Amino acid sequence: MPVKIPMEKWAGSVRTVTLGATAADGGTRQHTVTVGGETTLPFLHFEGEIPNRPVVATEIQDRRPDGWSELLMEAWGDRMNDPGDWAKAAEEAGADLIALTFGLTGLDGQPTSAESARLAVRKVLDATGLPVMVSGPGQAEVDNELLVAVAEEGAGERLVLGYCEDRNYRTIVAAALGHGHLVHARTAMDVNLAKQLNILINDMQLPLDRIIMDPTTGALGYGIEYGYSVMERLRLAALQGDSMTQLPMLVTVGEETWKAKESKVGQGVPETWGVWEERAINWEAVTASSLIQSGADIVVVRHPESVKRVHAVIDSMMTANDRGGS
Amino acid sequence: MALSGIQIYKLLPGGQRPPHPKANCKECGFPTCLAFAMKLAAKQAELSVCGYVSDESKDKLSAAAAPPIRLAKVSSNGHEVAAGNETVMFRHEKTFFHRPGLFLRVKDTDGVEAIKAAVSSADAYLVDYVGMELTLDGFAVEAASGDATAFGAAIGAVRGASDRPLVLMSADAALMEAGLEAAEGMTPLVHSANADNWEAMAQLAKKHQAPLAVCADSLDGLADLTQKIKAAGVEDMVLDPCVGTMAGALSSLTQLRRLALKENFRPLGYPIIAFPGEWCEDTEAAAVLAIAKYAGFVVLDEFSPASIYPLLVFRQNIYTNPQEPIQVTPGLYEINKPGPSDPVMVTTNFSITYFSVSNEIEGSGNKGWLLVADAEGMSVLTAWAAGKFDAERIAKTVKVTGIEDKISHRSIILPGHVAVLSGELEEELPGWEIKVGPREAVNLPQYLKMAI
Repeated sequence: MPVKIPMEKWAGSVRTVTLGATAADGGTRQHTVTVGGETTLPFLHFEGEIPNRPVVATEIQDRRPDGWSELLMEAWGDRMNDPGDWAKAAEEAGADLIALTFGLTGLDGQPTSAESARLAVRKVLDATGLPVMVSGPGQAEVDNELLVAVAEEGAGERLVLGYCEDRNYRTIVAAALGHGHLVHARTAMDVNLAKQLNILINDMQLPLDRIIMDPTTGALGYGIEYGYSVMERLRLAALQGDSMTQLPMLVTVGEETWKAKESKVGQGVPETWGVWEERAINWEAVTASSLIQSGADIVVVRHPESVKRVHAVIDSMMTANDRGGS
Repeated sequence: MALSGIQIYKLLPGGQRPPHPKANCKECGFPTCLAFAMKLAAKQAELSVCGYVSDESKDKLSAAAAPPIRLAKVSSNGHEVAAGNETVMFRHEKTFFHRPGLFLRVKDTDGVEAIKAAVSSADAYLVDYVGMELTLDGFAVEAASGDATAFGAAIGAVRGASDRPLVLMSADAALMEAGLEAAEGMTPLVHSANADNWEAMAQLAKKHQAPLAVCADSLDGLADLTQKIKAAGVEDMVLDPCVGTMAGALSSLTQLRRLALKENFRPLGYPIIAFPGEWCEDTEAAAVLAIAKYAGFVVLDEFSPASIYPLLVFRQNIYTNPQEPIQVTPGLYEINKPGPSDPVMVTTNFSITYFSVSNEIEGSGNKGWLLVADAEGMSVLTAWAAGKFDAERIAKTVKVTGIEDKISHRSIILPGHVAVLSGELEEELPGWEIKVGPREAVNLPQYLKMAI
């Protein structure tokens, strides 16, 4: 019997946002990355358009990080010693974007200075042709100082500057406005907080197509269900026509999963957790691939193997045959 | 699909036109038929208390009361896996109810000894996740050899190594019959009926009172088959939409769920079986999709602890009821075997809060005593705002846990978000030094490093 497929008639769609600028647009990126534009829920090709694939960003730091899992230290090796070299390695490993984050201090234990931030961004921009996202260590005053310098250094590159948070967004938004960048708006797993921050940022005259929203998530086993559902709700709101939620979403999967003991630690854990490296990469890849199903447009990961894994999943989800058949 | 009060009213004596002689008779104990209808819609009354409902109306009401996705169960030796009875597309709308069963597939061509070994280790697998013991649910045995004796022997080997329920896989009715005989005494899932074999499969399912999986590569084909099989007397079915890619699986499974929930389309109102190993090389990612997007039975092709552990945790997370925050038991938690001089920290018993904090301390290698106050499962800021995390409750936690006998100092670290409680807590805990820690758990390791 012919079955009529139930279709939703969505009133709204996600905005498209372009990261990075090529020479034609006043930057130096070899190409840009465009995300968003969905007119339906993730990968429902039978119902609407998914004009842009979700993308994978690789997180790198301005210097060899402290406290990262040994698995990550082994995977990137000496290339972590220099942000430019690391960015190049990330590009070689297949990243679509580079997500540069700053620690609070340099290797010498001194606070990270605006000057060193500027230098690190310059190295990354020179080493790779990929669009770049840059975020501070997450402390308001430090973020503001570093990001203003970064915005100047990368003027015209359409960097994504983070983190704009409800208590600290003005300086970063002003820097983005002044130098042609985008912002990374981060809120704590709540639909209304996410919406509110977008409104505040937009009130400063930064156009909505220069905001990427980060509703944050927990890692697998550590609250992923909260992030997952908040993202589903945000995407539903966007499709139902709520304009302040119609932004592409980003999640920092690597930052969350590599804090989890399952990823970080290889010894003194139950045998039932399985082989460390396999488990750790599964932890990151499973978290990332499930959040892509709930609407993530950009996932930021740390391990090079996760980049490959998540790309393969995206390839599979973007194969737009409705049925597949076997 | 549930009927509204008004829709039910039209089926009761008072709602008939012309009105039934017993309209608003009050014999049910409600003042009017409309009031009774409203109670029925709210599931606060039973239809049986009304003696004047026509048989036709009764059929309509009971059909509407049937769940849009029929429950299917497989069982053996006290183990049971049930799927179906789901009511929402998205977990935040209410919750997902029946965690999909995870089954490991073995083939009768693997050989009896290899099957025994594989099944024994998978059967014994048990991992503790925040106090819950997670395991696989059962095994799928595939008749790949085409030989009834080999299939029976494989099923015997599985049963010798595990008590868990089975999915029997063959499209050949004669083989399936042999399989069902070897599975005597349990209720396996019969996989599967298709356009060619459905009559024989339906007979077998009926004879053995086992649920029947129905396989077709289009929704039209599936709906045709389930109706024919239902007419042949089989009620319990499971759908296999035979998809081969992740995108195809998401489309088909979403369409099936929508048809059942939104259209109340009975021919497809059954739970779904998925074979994610056939969708993508990344079997974990494919299994995650199956779990999140509507499969009721998931058949895996590989088993390794590093692969199954994240899947079991993911299933647990997605099937958590969003209306009931998971709490941890309030009390004293020892992190990395602390000694008398190690720091004392306090937080709330919302599970995510607890795990964020304990994970940061544990992951950074610091030792510490973590006091978890009973804040009724709320996070620090929410609990503080609601008056569930105040100086009194924190002091009470200090007292009842007996932490004072375990440490040589008198110093406690408060979450930065509730720095405002410092003064009151000093009064509640005379002789204690109240320190203010960072607002976010992620900054704890650094705070502890500087403080020590």
